[in-house]
Amino acid sequence: MEQKLSNSEKRTAYILTLPAVCLVFAIILFPIFANIWISFKEVQLKDIRIPEPRAKEIVKTIPDEQNKIKIVYKLRNSSLLQEIRNVKFEDKYPKNFKPLNLDERCIFKKNKVKCDFGNWPAKYKENFEIIFEIKDSAKIDKKNLKSSKPRLSGDSDNILLNTNFTLKNFKKVIFENEFVDLLLTTFYYTFFGTVGSILFGILTAQMVNQKFYGRTFMRSVLLFPYVAPVVALAYTWELLLDPNSGTLNSLLVNFQILETPINLLGQKYLDINILGFSFKLRLALTTVIIFEIWRYFPLAFLFILARLQAIPKDLYEAADVDGASPFQKFFKITLPQIMAVISILFMIRFIWNFNKFEDVFLLTGGASGTRTLPINVYQQGFAISDIGMGSAVSIVIVLLLLLFMFFYFKLLGKRADEN
Amino acid sequence: MKIKNLLIYSIISSFFLLSLISIWKILVTLQGLKLENFNTQIIFILGFLFSFLNIFIRERLNFIVKFLFFAFIFVYVDGFLISKLPIWYNIGIVFILYFFASKTKKYNYKFLKNEHSTQLILFDFLTLFGIVLFSFVILFPFYMMLVTSFKTQIALLINPLDFSIDFNQNIKDLFKSYFVIFTSYNFGKYILTSSIVSLGTVFITLIFAIPAAYAIARLNFFGKTFMSTSILIIYMFPAIVLVIPLYTVFSQLGLRNSISGLLIVYTATTLPVAIYMLQGYFKSIPKELEEAAILDKLSWFGIIIKIILPLSIPAISSVALYVFMIAWNEFLFSLMFLDNPNSFTLSRAIQYLSGDAETPRQYLMAGSVIVTLPVLFIFVYFEKYLVSGLTAGSVKG
Repeated sequence: MEQKLSNSEKRTAYILTLPAVCLVFAIILFPIFANIWISFKEVQLKDIRIPEPRAKEIVKTIPDEQNKIKIVYKLRNSSLLQEIRNVKFEDKYPKNFKPLNLDERCIFKKNKVKCDFGNWPAKYKENFEIIFEIKDSAKIDKKNLKSSKPRLSGDSDNILLNTNFTLKNFKKVIFENEFVDLLLTTFYYTFFGTVGSILFGILTAQMVNQKFYGRTFMRSVLLFPYVAPVVALAYTWELLLDPNSGTLNSLLVNFQILETPINLLGQKYLDINILGFSFKLRLALTTVIIFEIWRYFPLAFLFILARLQAIPKDLYEAADVDGASPFQKFFKITLPQIMAVISILFMIRFIWNFNKFEDVFLLTGGASGTRTLPINVYQQGFAISDIGMGSAVSIVIVLLLLLFMFFYFKLLGKRADEN
Repeated sequence: MKIKNLLIYSIISSFFLLSLISIWKILVTLQGLKLENFNTQIIFILGFLFSFLNIFIRERLNFIVKFLFFAFIFVYVDGFLISKLPIWYNIGIVFILYFFASKTKKYNYKFLKNEHSTQLILFDFLTLFGIVLFSFVILFPFYMMLVTSFKTQIALLINPLDFSIDFNQNIKDLFKSYFVIFTSYNFGKYILTSSIVSLGTVFITLIFAIPAAYAIARLNFFGKTFMSTSILIIYMFPAIVLVIPLYTVFSQLGLRNSISGLLIVYTATTLPVAIYMLQGYFKSIPKELEEAAILDKLSWFGIIIKIILPLSIPAISSVALYVFMIAWNEFLFSLMFLDNPNSFTLSRAIQYLSGDAETPRQYLMAGSVIVTLPVLFIFVYFEKYLVSGLTAGSVKG
């Protein structure tokens, strides 16, 4: 009885989880592996469309001969590059139709014309016509004739399925793609975005953790940037930062902080002179990072606030009795208590920022020194139309991610051992 | 009392006053008033004097009298002597001074004798300053989005600093951008597509996720732990690496430019988090209820429908809200998969609109308001349920 129950339990469990598992496998795991396959191939965007035979049907009446009708099929190969082999054609006609000048490649049987057109080279075109005699000269319904569409089939090579592999994509990614610059930009974007959002998260959580009027309202407001759609926020920021008629530039010029407007999203470098040290700040990248911090610090804020509210009050009371200063209380009590949350946050934000595509894409499109790895996937795959290269860059992303996860879990394991 | 403490207190509080007044001046400038200088030094000196006097006057003067005295001096110097400014500007200044005076009320001789008084003051003012600054920095872009959508092209170009809305014009002129994007840019259709996609995703995700989550929460089977850990790892994997293979496969299957294609992808990407959140909740439902049901010979299906579902309405609705928000906000896949304006979602439509440099910005902002409002509304209205889910990491971003 027990055994039977557990067997049926297993069976139910598999039935219940199967649909979800299949879907996730097909849409998430399969593409990750498919990337490996594609990245070793030379595939362009235009190659991925499978060549297919196409036919456009035109019905013509023949003047003076009421009982005859001409049907013209404009046949063509949809691909400009590949041939189609073994093209078959089939179309059905009303019962009273009889073909007069049937092509020798075709046969007429059971009101159907079946043809075998053989191989079509790339760009192939042909006007194929059949004249029909109509036995009882009933009225011909052109629409009805057109509604039965011809069926065509043929074999062609799917460039994705053959076994020609090449290492060219990876060579190009590493040697021709300004790879070091790409990695550095991605690293700056990820690292400073993560650290910034955590710092602001700590600051705001500390703020909201105090009692003041309108605290719950403040908490929702702080989360707005995180839940609102990226598209809306990115375009609003673009408008705000616009050099010609943007609000920020106008304000800065109006209050005489700047002499001329500055293109915060379009200028790659800004020379800065502080105490005699001059260095080049990557301006557009900095702006994008600031947007990233603005948009994602709410997550850090929420995590840290939840942790702060769970710290026992008597810790602080004891510190008060000992005469600790507010700074001491923060560094000796609060910080150690939220350290665990911060390390989790660091990992989550680091991985998510590393993969962030939309923000940079919408703000700068990857121009003026903001080209990160995810942006590069898009540029290679869709702007330059080199699918193979895009996949190779995706593989680089996946490998780096696995590396981060490996280190993180190792670190996490170490922590767990210590406790 | 230490002189050092007194000085530091005065400096910090005058900085605070300065920053409050600067923010007010920025806001005032955005309402069309011409201000070209913050007058930093004078405000700083005044603030310093007030903080200093505040300690010496102590309780000798009534609070109201003290505050009115400060306010009068301030308004006289800043709003009259330096440049003549309208009444409403000065009323704002008076309110700021009231706020400032009531915040500095508690600092007195005794307080400053306290060992950590400067740090306490710094913390207090940093908190206050932080609240003001963060509300401003966060709300300003949203405010700008809204106001820009009510303006005309000419008004925007003439004075980019003017953020006042002219309510004297008739409704039709005020909402012109909205009329235009609905009539000539087809936004009604995009809203419909976005709603269908988002609601469809919610529906399908729940149908797939509830049984799976129940199995993971309750049943024993081989590969259960593997499944629950891999959910989290899968959730970490980025959409950008899925894009190219999915694009090629969807092109060959003819699923691009179709709502069903989007539905499949959105469901798959939201499933892990939906399962994760639901199974956590299902585990908290007492097992005894189901044991009774098994004795009554109820099937697994019956258990889910009759016992689990009614008990987990709050969890399911919060998952539904999340999935809705994720699908509504989604941009990457809609950018990749949709290139026919007939099947655009709202986000994709706005991006498409911005691609044309000729598109007036107020239309873009009107579109942005339309795409933002439902999400913010849901968020504010159901905030209580949603915040706990956010802490569980339910919205990937």
